[in-house]
Amino acid sequence: MTTTDHDVSRSAAGVGAAFLTRLESIFGEHGLIRQPEELLVYECDGYVIEKNVPDVVVFPESTEQVVKVVNLCAEFQVPFVPRGAGTSLAGGCLPVGGGVMISLTRMKRILEVNLRDRYAVVEPGVVNLHLTQHLKGTGYHYAPDPSSQGACTIGGNFATNSGGPHTLKYGVTVNHVLGAEVVLPDGSVVQLGGAVEDTPGYDLTGLFVGSEGTFGVCTRVTVRLTRDPAACRTLLAVFNSVREATQSISQIIGAGIVPAALEMMDQGIIEAVEAAFHFGFPLDAAAVLLIEVDGLEVAVDDEARQIIAICQAGGAREVRQANSPRERQLLWKCRKQAFGAIGRLSPSYCTQDGVVPRTKLPEIQEFITAVGQRHAIRIVNVFHAGDGNIHPILLFDERDSDQVRRVLEASEEILLKCIELGGSVTGEHGIGVEKISLMHRLFDAHDLDVMRSVRQAFNPGGLCSPMKMLPTAGACGMEHVMQKRPGRRAAL
Amino acid sequence: MTHDPTTSACGEPGRLAGSATAAPQPPGRIGGQIDYDKFLDCVHCGLCTAACPTYLETGDENNGPRGRIYLMRSVVDGRLELTPRVNAHLDLCLDCRSCETACPSGVEYGRLIEPFRASQRRAEAARQSARNADWFHRYILYCLFPYAQRLRWALAPARLMQQLRLDRLLETLGVIKILPRRLQRMQSFLPRLLPGGPPLPEFLPALGPKRARVALFTGCVADALFRHAHWATARVLQQNGCDVVVPRTQVCCGAIHYHSGADHPALALARANAAAFDAAGVDAVVVNVAGCGSMLKDYGQIARELEPAQAALLAELGGLADKVRDVSQFLAELGLIAPRGELKLRAVYQDACHLVHAQRVREQPRDLLAQIPGLELLSIAEPEICCGAAGSYNLTEPEMSDRLARRKLANLLAADPQVIVTGNVGCSMQIQSALRQARRAIPVVHPMELLDLSYRGVAFSRG
Repeated sequence: MTTTDHDVSRSAAGVGAAFLTRLESIFGEHGLIRQPEELLVYECDGYVIEKNVPDVVVFPESTEQVVKVVNLCAEFQVPFVPRGAGTSLAGGCLPVGGGVMISLTRMKRILEVNLRDRYAVVEPGVVNLHLTQHLKGTGYHYAPDPSSQGACTIGGNFATNSGGPHTLKYGVTVNHVLGAEVVLPDGSVVQLGGAVEDTPGYDLTGLFVGSEGTFGVCTRVTVRLTRDPAACRTLLAVFNSVREATQSISQIIGAGIVPAALEMMDQGIIEAVEAAFHFGFPLDAAAVLLIEVDGLEVAVDDEARQIIAICQAGGAREVRQANSPRERQLLWKCRKQAFGAIGRLSPSYCTQDGVVPRTKLPEIQEFITAVGQRHAIRIVNVFHAGDGNIHPILLFDERDSDQVRRVLEASEEILLKCIELGGSVTGEHGIGVEKISLMHRLFDAHDLDVMRSVRQAFNPGGLCSPMKMLPTAGACGMEHVMQKRPGRRAAL
Repeated sequence: MTHDPTTSACGEPGRLAGSATAAPQPPGRIGGQIDYDKFLDCVHCGLCTAACPTYLETGDENNGPRGRIYLMRSVVDGRLELTPRVNAHLDLCLDCRSCETACPSGVEYGRLIEPFRASQRRAEAARQSARNADWFHRYILYCLFPYAQRLRWALAPARLMQQLRLDRLLETLGVIKILPRRLQRMQSFLPRLLPGGPPLPEFLPALGPKRARVALFTGCVADALFRHAHWATARVLQQNGCDVVVPRTQVCCGAIHYHSGADHPALALARANAAAFDAAGVDAVVVNVAGCGSMLKDYGQIARELEPAQAALLAELGGLADKVRDVSQFLAELGLIAPRGELKLRAVYQDACHLVHAQRVREQPRDLLAQIPGLELLSIAEPEICCGAAGSYNLTEPEMSDRLARRKLANLLAADPQVIVTGNVGCSMQIQSALRQARRAIPVVHPMELLDLSYRGVAFSRG
């Protein structure tokens, strides 16, 4: 991991003996970490290019404790940042400027499951997959299924509006959050939405989902439960060229089929997942499409047949079907853990996250290949192809600063190309600190001003998640961090 | 015990810790001998966290795999001192290796924490503050546990007390409390001691057409406490057309020593086993205890870590490691001859971490059990989470061990089983102990015991 830029990582001014004593009276010995050797692991999340150690980590077990810590931070003007499982790939949990990290991992109760009205109420620290496991046998599940669902929390999904392979048909997190309880930076507890659809007034739930923790701390979420599909078919189409694969994707959607998921993996990633999981992927294929259709038993076979015909007409050399639940599970494991499997190809990687209109997939794919060649950086690809969400993965060795520089340059070029093609710089990972400098490329000054004033309304002091998402310094005297461009610190 | 390769180390108990400390201290920092690339395999994605029992219990990333790797690497890098707090987080690790199953990058966590701990223990011993120089390590862990015969003798009074029901009386009267804390815990973990039968003969012939020739590893604690499971395993192997040899010169696998940093005694035991099993000239060395099997399979790795320059040793120990199979893995590969006897039972198979995670043996025991007519296999929540036994962890980290035992028991009982099946001595003892405390009388058996009953057409009865 890259050495920390020490003159940037610093403590928050308000953290002194008086503050810590008060904090300890709220959390006790076991609910708080303040020793340097134990704070170290909290200096970064899944994004390791930037690091900063928080001054203190607290583990609230109730909304009341969250209110208390937030009030104390306001009193002492100390910044704070919430953290779930710390799987952000964009530095969403990075404690820029130090201060208090509010770890929500101990607020992990499933408070209510209401099958008749199809909702569940959970605390933010509940692991995404644990909710679905809890529902096993009821005929319902929680639909958003980010690749990190085995570890990431519902609170983190709420903050970043997480997607996942099956959101092509079922929608992203915002489509599955009915309401929430949040603690605002002034310590007030606010109920957003509720267990029923379309509560009147402004859609504050929609506003908070994806706000990356910049409006407050979510302490309770009411999520929609989705009926398990009666049947599904999972197909694997093997192509000799990436272009044929991406064109087939447009053909499938163009035929009016909405698969539950439509994923693409290229040769490099196939190699990694095959080494990890031994599914039996053809290592000489240029690309594979992983396609799932679900719904009524009578419909899925018909859709599967259509898809097979389209893929074959599009040049697929082979289309396989998962023959057992075990095989289907393994296929999805391969896809969902593809990022992690990259560890087998290189010591470090940078997963990019961009969006292009679906029809532009062949174009962006060719651009990515050219960028990789120009910067002498190996790039492999997994795409949530159905909704044009691309994940080029740039392989490098973090100990080589020149490679790090080239990776960052290549990443930026790819993301700018996404904007040029009419897309965006993030599909699901969020802006965090990683992409903060790209916000002004995506939005003009007026757009950003409106966003700033929305944040101002909830978080006027800027103490909550400073330096995230919007390129403003907030009010914590952290302008120096801004000048250093936190999202690109490693390159400097 | 006719031949004991560690007599030189353990014949005089007092010298054992000395022999561990006598190992040359590797130059440089703690953990400095670890292949640094193994740290780099971790890309910090965090997908392992929720697979870790101690992270699930505490929510503290210092108690999760990614955090522990970060701590160890920081120590090796010289960024961090190995303070008591850092030690505590590393000690709290069960070494269950659940994180390895969860890790998509193939991080070999066990090959980080185990050598790191070994070098920690060596350094501690060198500083004379050695945990492994205390009475518990010196006499109990090193000089009693690894020797089945000694252990059987030591347990004779306990067996008698159990038969006379005196143990319950002493517990009720509180007399047990005069024992040192760890001995009290050991007493509470002692399962109901079953008559194990005589020692296994050196050879048991295949029944029907011969399909393979295997050696059976009998181990130490397992042979003292679970010899009935060894007999069952041998009979099942015979039923499946295997000649079974039980080499007399085999010894403890050395896991207890290795995990507490006494790696040279561990290496001596490994060499004795390599000699014992190579002589047998077998198709496979079959193990029915997950912990021992995992250790035996790691022999090659351990030789590489401890004696990187000795190619002959690597070949010797690696050769044995390649032949080691868990019994369910072996039978699944061989193809089980379907048992006929009906066992009408609602059973839960409980994964032993050293099978499911360390050896990646998950489906095989389930597939074998599913072939028993009448047996219904129930599924439970969190099957991959450790029960807290973890070798001697239940003695060294009692609080966390108990928390995990309660968690596991709740998940097991929710399925309402008539029998709990598990392929490891430690798990079996931990769950039996938890069941006793909860006053639930559900028998805990080895998968081979059920298969054996089915082959013999004997109905299941508790005890």
